[in-house]
Amino acid sequence: MARIVVDPVTRIEGHLRIEANLEGGKLTDAWSSGTMFRGIEMILQGRDPREAWIWAQRICGVCTMVHAIASVRAVEDALQIEVPENARIVRHLIAGAQMVQDHVIHFYHLHALDWVDVAAALKADPAKTSQIAQSISNSEKSSATYFRGIQQRVKAVVDSGQLSLFASGYWGHPAYVLPPEVNLLAVAHYLEALAFQKDFIRIHAVLGGKNPHPQSFLVGGMSTAMDPNEPAAVINPDTIDLMRTLVHTARKFVDEYLVPDVLAVAPFYKNWFSLGGGVGNFLSYGDYSSGDPNDPKMFLFPRGIVMGRDISKVLPVDQSKITESVAHSWYEYSGGDTGGIHPSEGQTIPKYTGPKPPYDQLDVNAKYSWLKTPRYDGTPMEVGPLARMVVGYASGKKEIVDSVNSALKALNAPPAVLFSTLGRLAARALEAQIMVNQLEGWVDKLDDNLAHGNTTIFNPVRWDPGSWPKSASGHGWHEAPRGSLGHWIEIDGKAIKNYQAVVPTTWNAGPRDAQGQRGPYEAALLNTPVADPNRPLEILRTIHSFDPCIACAVHVIDAQGREYTIPRVA
Amino acid sequence: MLANDYDLAKALKSRGITRRQLVKFCSATLAMLALPDRYLAQTVAAIGKAKKPVLVWLQFQDCTGCSESMLRSSHPEVADVVLDLLSWEYHEVIMAGAGTAAISLLDNIVKEDKGKYLVVVEGAIPMADDGAYCTIGGRSAIDIARQVCGNAAATIAVGACAFDGGLVRSSPNPTGALGVHEAVPGIKVINMAGCPHNPANTAAVLVHYLTFNDLPALDQYNRPLFAYGRIIHDMCERRAHYDAGRFVTEWGDDGHKKGWCLYKMGCKGPEATFNCPIVQWNDHTSWPIRAGHGCIACAAPRFWDHMSPFYDRLPNVPGFGVEVTAGEIGLGLVGAVVAGVSVHGLINTIRPAPKPADQPPPAVGKEN
Repeated sequence: MARIVVDPVTRIEGHLRIEANLEGGKLTDAWSSGTMFRGIEMILQGRDPREAWIWAQRICGVCTMVHAIASVRAVEDALQIEVPENARIVRHLIAGAQMVQDHVIHFYHLHALDWVDVAAALKADPAKTSQIAQSISNSEKSSATYFRGIQQRVKAVVDSGQLSLFASGYWGHPAYVLPPEVNLLAVAHYLEALAFQKDFIRIHAVLGGKNPHPQSFLVGGMSTAMDPNEPAAVINPDTIDLMRTLVHTARKFVDEYLVPDVLAVAPFYKNWFSLGGGVGNFLSYGDYSSGDPNDPKMFLFPRGIVMGRDISKVLPVDQSKITESVAHSWYEYSGGDTGGIHPSEGQTIPKYTGPKPPYDQLDVNAKYSWLKTPRYDGTPMEVGPLARMVVGYASGKKEIVDSVNSALKALNAPPAVLFSTLGRLAARALEAQIMVNQLEGWVDKLDDNLAHGNTTIFNPVRWDPGSWPKSASGHGWHEAPRGSLGHWIEIDGKAIKNYQAVVPTTWNAGPRDAQGQRGPYEAALLNTPVADPNRPLEILRTIHSFDPCIACAVHVIDAQGREYTIPRVA
Repeated sequence: MLANDYDLAKALKSRGITRRQLVKFCSATLAMLALPDRYLAQTVAAIGKAKKPVLVWLQFQDCTGCSESMLRSSHPEVADVVLDLLSWEYHEVIMAGAGTAAISLLDNIVKEDKGKYLVVVEGAIPMADDGAYCTIGGRSAIDIARQVCGNAAATIAVGACAFDGGLVRSSPNPTGALGVHEAVPGIKVINMAGCPHNPANTAAVLVHYLTFNDLPALDQYNRPLFAYGRIIHDMCERRAHYDAGRFVTEWGDDGHKKGWCLYKMGCKGPEATFNCPIVQWNDHTSWPIRAGHGCIACAAPRFWDHMSPFYDRLPNVPGFGVEVTAGEIGLGLVGAVVAGVSVHGLINTIRPAPKPADQPPPAVGKEN
């Protein structure tokens, strides 16, 4: 038996370490460890709840804004503030654009190199790549000349001997099986996606001044003032036009690149439809209401739970059943480390007991991660695009059922293939398509409201802290690109008393619980074949299929606090 | 006009870029750096070198927002930076290899390119508890930073966290976080403050370094003067409204729709130095004040503690009108920055004297 350590796991957000046991060419056990923590929740204590979103947003700069929206929702829930329709639509637009952006970047820049051999693209015949491109998509950039140009650019980089970001890849690994022509197609689209993401996300600049970290949220609405006749208003006929153009670009990209590319690559890796299944329990808080924000029946992504891959029934979500425990996390609980605590009463007392760095191996029988272990009714749950598609499919949500069925038809496969590494990939692409189709409707709705003089975008009744009750508490949920996100806040005397975030990657990447149950990452790695222990490409495939975001997942703090003395010049 | 024109042309061709593209890119960058056109030939020649300088991008206690911001670079586009301008070899969020492949690549760069490679640092460095709050490959962030920054030609600290610890260091600083120039004293550092850094400024610094083999002129916080030398309030598109006494007094009111001044809503523009209003974000699309929200002075030292509460109005401004300069208003919070963590809105303190604009960057860290 050999121990494999992958640290750093790259092409993810944050600092993740995977340790796994290899026996007979397959993984027999695995441990997931988050190796960085900052302590944002403690830093928030005592501050103005109206600005909590500005701080909480910095939990993550990849899924930027998701913590902002969860934070304002939590404060609005606590102070019982109703948000005007325009503000809800602007938030949907910002969050929806983020989801499309995130899913595109994830597939091309964080995940594709697990399936695509860049070096092999040099052997491709550009004319054949062109034929393939034209058979799967209406994209205008599909000529042999175009692909030859890309190939020459890659060749120039390879010939120079300076391979830049591609210098450390596992090129030539036996697990890469795409024909050279498909590799070239994917490399070309890697570069196209780089150009796309920086253009499309200008929609965040329009509605938030910048990306990452747009700056236009307010407790009670948005700062994006609307007026049909004022050029200085953030939302005016000109910016509506710009947003419409950007949304159109995104729709074209998802339809002509993302979805066809995923469906073209997947059939070459069919064995990955039966690997990486994980825990098989799926949770979705649901989001994107078409009307009442508190009515799950109006959600685009339904709220619900699917247990044990049984899509014949959807169970309701009861938030009181959510707990976090620290049996294998570097924290302690005052009442003992084996039990779980609801986030509204969350404790965060860090206690590092791991090896002193530098170290070679963690003691996985003891505590081994900065992530806590969330459970629903004591059970590990997977969250994310696959969970949303599974819960939506099982709920009979039309957009999701149609989308999933058409993909399954294209792949000639039953719904069971969804519960896999490739299933996560497919779910993410389909979800991007469902979302990109919503964006234009939201722009239209803003345009319509503008034309009819409905320009209210902020509810001022609770802006003045003098209007608040002495104490209040609430929670804010959001379906972020990586899954179900919840913030819990307690306000006392106009300041934050306690703040807790339970984050998608914590659900997926958390360590074992006191009962020894593995979380989704650890479970998904079981039985994964590894051809070469020195180049564990297969581990990356399954871990990347979850789209890890470790900065999000670790957010706890030292209740004592300290100021470190600046060292003298050495 | 170029001494080595033939080789340059060959080098460019081998990398798939036309000379026209290169000159266009260099001109745009010179404009950003406010350098005269006579440097163009030098810039073009430097960037056309056959062997590209190696760049290492380290991530410590970060949110990856500064990496994402770099991906949004539009002039030059990120693909051009990564494939043509530099050999961008180590950057965890986007590099091909992982685990030992990544670690040995980094070790190799430090050994083979010692003193020649550039390093970008994103995120704060936790100093408490033997560095246990951030490890990569089992090594602490501070251990890695000492080795990799210590052997680099120069370190570019991007974002508030790498600059001075940023949000991670804000009270009560649970992990003993510091910015890179405090955590690793004695190295040559340029600080690209901001939350996140603006990729247009960072790209300009890279080009400046490639051209002149040195950093641009810096202020007392080691921030480049071309980007951090002027006050936002003085360049703000809403400034005329301030001078005329037209203020937003409630979110969504008439003044808000008309783009009036956000000072009364807590805008920190009068305290903030950054070229945000000029360069803007995401291919010059917008910036936070245009999006209707006040500035949070994200490029200011220790801004999280010193500029918050973000919705509280800046300290008393003696009357409104053109005769009051933003510099005078700026005295208040810049002073508070010096005074300490808990002081909000302290006025009448003395601002530290900035270095003159033409002073060369401090020549520290030569012994490394």
